[in-house]
Amino acid sequence: MPVIYIDDQPYEVAAHHNLLHACLGLGFDIPYFCWHPALGSVGACRQCAVKVFRDEHDRRGQIVMSCMTPVRDGLRLTIDDPDVRRFRATIIEWLMVNHPHDCPVCDEGGHCHLQDMTVMTGHNYRRHRFAKRTHRNQDLGPHIHHEMNRCIQCYRCVRFYHDYAGGKDLNVFGAHHHVYFGRHESGALESEFAGNLVEVCPTGVFTDKPARRYYARKWDLQSAPSVCGQCGVGCNVLFNERYGKLVRVDNRYHYEINGYFLCDRGRFGHDFVNGEERIRRPLARESRGASLRETSADDALSRATQAVAGRRVIGIGSPRASLEANFALRELVGADSFYLGLSDAEFKSANLSLALLRELPTASLHEIETADAALVLGEDLLTTAPRMALALRQLARRQPTAESIVACPVPEWNDQAVRELVQQQKGSLFSATPGPTKLDEDAAAVYYGELDEIAGLGLAVAAAVDQPSAETDSLATQIATALRNAKRAVIVSGGNEAVMQAAAAVVRALRRAGRDAALCLTQPEGDTLGLAMLGGRALSEVVRDGAECVIVLENDLFARLPEADATAFLERTKTLIVLDHSITRTTARADVVLPAATIAESTGTFVNYEGRAQRCFSAFAPQPDVRESWRWLDALRSSLFWPTFDDVCRAMAQAVPAFAKAPDAAPSAAFRQIGNKIPRQSPRFSGRTAITAQLNVSEPKPPDDPDSPLAFSMEGSREQPPPALIARYWAPGWNSVQALNKFQQEIGGPLRGGDPGVRLIEPEAKP
Amino acid sequence: MPIYSALRSLWHVFKHTFRRPITVQYPEERPRIPPRWRGRIILSRDPAGGERCVACYLCSAACPVGCIALQAAEDEHGRRYPAFFRINFSRCIFCGYCEEACPTRAIQLTPDFEMCEYDRQNLVYEKEDLLISGPGKYPDYDFYRVAGVAVGVKDKGAGERELPPVDVRSLLP
Repeated sequence: MPVIYIDDQPYEVAAHHNLLHACLGLGFDIPYFCWHPALGSVGACRQCAVKVFRDEHDRRGQIVMSCMTPVRDGLRLTIDDPDVRRFRATIIEWLMVNHPHDCPVCDEGGHCHLQDMTVMTGHNYRRHRFAKRTHRNQDLGPHIHHEMNRCIQCYRCVRFYHDYAGGKDLNVFGAHHHVYFGRHESGALESEFAGNLVEVCPTGVFTDKPARRYYARKWDLQSAPSVCGQCGVGCNVLFNERYGKLVRVDNRYHYEINGYFLCDRGRFGHDFVNGEERIRRPLARESRGASLRETSADDALSRATQAVAGRRVIGIGSPRASLEANFALRELVGADSFYLGLSDAEFKSANLSLALLRELPTASLHEIETADAALVLGEDLLTTAPRMALALRQLARRQPTAESIVACPVPEWNDQAVRELVQQQKGSLFSATPGPTKLDEDAAAVYYGELDEIAGLGLAVAAAVDQPSAETDSLATQIATALRNAKRAVIVSGGNEAVMQAAAAVVRALRRAGRDAALCLTQPEGDTLGLAMLGGRALSEVVRDGAECVIVLENDLFARLPEADATAFLERTKTLIVLDHSITRTTARADVVLPAATIAESTGTFVNYEGRAQRCFSAFAPQPDVRESWRWLDALRSSLFWPTFDDVCRAMAQAVPAFAKAPDAAPSAAFRQIGNKIPRQSPRFSGRTAITAQLNVSEPKPPDDPDSPLAFSMEGSREQPPPALIARYWAPGWNSVQALNKFQQEIGGPLRGGDPGVRLIEPEAKP
Repeated sequence: MPIYSALRSLWHVFKHTFRRPITVQYPEERPRIPPRWRGRIILSRDPAGGERCVACYLCSAACPVGCIALQAAEDEHGRRYPAFFRINFSRCIFCGYCEEACPTRAIQLTPDFEMCEYDRQNLVYEKEDLLISGPGKYPDYDFYRVAGVAVGVKDKGAGERELPPVDVRSLLP
């Protein structure tokens, strides 16, 4: 590894980095705007200047942009030199010439990279006395608020939206100091990843529009690490709450899964937590004809306990409930009476996925990004697993880069140069889907056909991998050749059994040929795979069996069963107990409804598409009558008792061998850092003596959290917590999300202490 | 030596017999309070009569006892205002940090200190108790005239020291 000298001190750094990346990784603070670990360097903002010396006798040196300077052995530089300091302060002064005077009404204020960098460079007073340039804003749809006056022309938005995510409808317009970042006309942004502009933009040009309804500053938010349950990818998110409302959802970095970016469904799809449809009090009805009425928790529980006692009870689980909730239901009703709340197609697909994952290795999103070839069989990934589609796009962008830079050595981080070099070349990404998808434009070849035709193509590819022939004009051979030539190949599929079997056949063929190949099977919901691992009967059997008393856990039967079957089944049921967080057609027919906590208010474990168990923690305590589903279900039992989350999680690990490692997904509630819990609130959290003062001027005790090592408080450990417990990204001088640099082992690499979560499935075939 | 100290103290006390008292017979006689006295907190309005507070949360962040809580909301033009604004005066230490932090001169401390209550609960002031009808100590300042945003107060480019909005389609310098 090369050694560089910063102020005559030697440091070992990785050879393939630029100087900015290396210095930030060593813990030095250099201001920057246009560079982003996932987007590379373009040298647009001129902010990251450092002084480089020719040799140890050179005292004069020259100012260079550290993001555009490759690391080389023996490089001598200084970061803290009067010349470069003045240079950087001048640059930021120029960038700020047209920046409006509106931090108080800017949503970025408090976690603004521009604020941080301005303070870091020491530009305190405005000297420019002339008029400021202004821009008209655009309406960019329901998710992104546009305030173009704040722009500092770093080009990050276009580089992310257009280059990284493949969006077509956001670009840079105009010339010289009039450049404008937006759409050609007002209208909703079309990309599935538009929400990342909020985090990518170093200032407040693009801000989170839904968060404006109950806006709160970053320092006032109570946050907890969690997992997105909108699809099976299991991206890590941070839920942020203020005054009992979920204000915003932020990306939580996970090296193996979502990295720096989320899809819009994950970022903006959790508004049901604040929804009008939320059930906040237990409901019960006197008799079948009567209407549902609000009741007390005790009354609802006693009704439910009476209904359950001494009768044949069946339980219907849910892929959107945590593992613990499903396990608690299974324990309550018995394994024979536990039905997975999946539709027939989902049930078959989930069980097949599980069997295939136990046989063949799978790949994380990071492994997909860095693979050399990929084949998508039958899935429109931008609908079923959007973040995976973004990873595949990176594969398609990266792979020709890797080939080109061998011929013409340009560092991979030099984004503009690399894109000039690669031009329109596409990587070995192949897609076979029933219809056009947005991923097609990144694919080297595309095939449209019915699902059985796609399965046929898959089998043909497998056959061609097994027996390479000279004939190259068929698509199957072309794909097979690319897959065979790849060092690591990934086959993505999901949904349909025949297609998944074909995908597995391709992986098996590649492995027989001695290639490293992985199978990625998408899952429709956050815990579909976990439910399959827990095991239970198919929902279609329940219609045939019927029961006197049915407990439905966070599920809408009308979404899983044919209308007639669901109606007939529910009519035969004498007592229907439903646990859910929002009103559905099933809760409308229930006799007792127990209000369940949403993912943002509960502690639980979810298993993603690769079999990785991940823990979500409650960002805020639910309202008094709202409880986590496993708590309600535990209260319905007479004998066993799980007072805390750890009890139910340990019980599950003992009862179900597949989940033996599930408690290791995150530290248990007993975890302490220097004797303290980890605070969910920042040290700057405000208003603690006024928030509830209108009710009672004496402040209440903060809610206890027996389920996790996190506290509903600003008091606690100030150390950097273990990766599974990181509730916010903050470091001295770094209030914005870019503080993440201080949480990683190396910038853009795994978190310090290893990425959270634990893989539960060990494939027979070793990768 | 100790005897000297005692005599000196006696002398100082004796001297005060001939001084004019600086205490006043409150409440019959009112003391003169300077305008920058740090007393009861108010929320002021801008010269146009609009609420000055833009709900930026800086006062609540600056408050060392955390006695200010508010919630930002927006009107139909996108203008920010506090949906509620609560000060728990039973916790307030009248340090004035909130006024210092306020970028819009909305929150101001006044020379009124007569706000005792028999019941602590009555010391919780809501926005309707805090908001006055005038601009307080700063008669001229209007944040939205100088801020870059257009929120129904002025159009883009119509603020102080602002150029008219850029025509992106033009290539002219």
